Amino acid sequence: MIIKTIISVIAYLILAPLAGGLLAGLDRKLSARMQRRVGPPILQPFYDVLKLFEKEKQTVTKVQDYYVMLFVIFVMASGAIFFAGGDLLLVIFTLTIASAFLIIAAFSSNSPYAQVGAERELLQMMAYEPMVLMTAIGFYMYCGSFTVSDIIGGTSMPFLPLIGIFAGFVFILTIKFRKSPFDLSMSHHAHQELVRGLTTEFSGRTLGWIEISHWYENIFLLGFVFLFFANGTVWGTIIGVVVAIVAYFFEVLIDNSFARMKWQFAFKAAWIVALVCGVINIFVLYLIV
Amino acid sequence: MSYIAKSPWVIHYDGSSCNGCDIEVLACLTPMYDVERFGIINTGNPKHADVFLVTGSVNEQNKDVVKQIYEQMPEPKVVVAVGICACSAGIFKQCYNIMGGVDSVIPVDVYVPGCAARPEAIIDGVVKGLAVLQEKRDNMKKLGISEEKTEEGGEN
Repeated sequence: MIIKTIISVIAYLILAPLAGGLLAGLDRKLSARMQRRVGPPILQPFYDVLKLFEKEKQTVTKVQDYYVMLFVIFVMASGAIFFAGGDLLLVIFTLTIASAFLIIAAFSSNSPYAQVGAERELLQMMAYEPMVLMTAIGFYMYCGSFTVSDIIGGTSMPFLPLIGIFAGFVFILTIKFRKSPFDLSMSHHAHQELVRGLTTEFSGRTLGWIEISHWYENIFLLGFVFLFFANGTVWGTIIGVVVAIVAYFFEVLIDNSFARMKWQFAFKAAWIVALVCGVINIFVLYLIV
Repeated sequence: MSYIAKSPWVIHYDGSSCNGCDIEVLACLTPMYDVERFGIINTGNPKHADVFLVTGSVNEQNKDVVKQIYEQMPEPKVVVAVGICACSAGIFKQCYNIMGGVDSVIPVDVYVPGCAARPEAIIDGVVKGLAVLQEKRDNMKKLGISEEKTEEGGEN
């Protein structure tokens, strides 16, 4: 059991950035195709990060690198706990701490653009956090456990009883993946009214690490999507993986068909979705389970 | 193996041009020319950029801006002067407020003449700049320049 846990953690730490980078490359290629462009090579995100590691080190304050590394470590840790079959609540709280460190790193640079980006990131966290917590509560009410390994080992698929929570979770995935219309704090696209928002003052390898942890985070969030379909059988696994890929494709489509919204809209929309989809779903679960 | 030439991120600044070259620079990003094929991204942030595209000549008002953007870019970096105004100040050369081309303020690596420079010429200029970028990277490695550059920003 312990050996299996260690193997899955190591596999996550090694394979997640590779898969996440490939996914980011596919994302860029797909976005380019949707805009009738040729687009960069699939391996472009790897070239970008390797280039960032070759650049001169330039930091505004030394403490910001320290916070960014803590962010990277906590993102890795939250994914590792998830794939080791740990506690879902612990996973969520670790991820929240990771985001908090990134925000502190942006604030520590004292740059006005980074600070506005950090404030928007805080607002985004406030927007998505209720739905994330409700996802955990939903899994607990249906499966009777917060532990990921128990949920995966369950006999029935949690997707249908948790369909409202699934819809709400896919909605906030747009915020977590930093896709339009909710890429308020930083963006991979050329929105430049905040220069680069959260990452304005990070350059070189610091920015490279942020990019890598973004890959870790994406894979682990798609793991959440997978969890809705896991029922211990091969078919459950296949459906889960396919739906996770479809969900990512859907996010890319949304990204390319919407302009950026104001934070007020992001906040209201996320909370309304959490209230309507999440709370009603949990209430129904309360009645039937 | 160096990756600097495979992912050049561009920052674009307009000195005092008629805007013609700016429109051509942005045209490079459109589906027609699609510079993202070469991994080129238009960043708005000098700290993320590798290639500095300047259009228009430099005047007394914006010489500090040009210098500051150049200094904020981490090494290795390349400056591409786009359009005849950026190369030699063009028809504005005799104006009382014009200092001259971009090379009167910062070192320029590639000159792309034209009025306005065509998107093909701009892409060609950036690709020429990539060879210079690669060379600068190799020199950096040879000299072992990688020591930390810290700007003392805030109190923390």
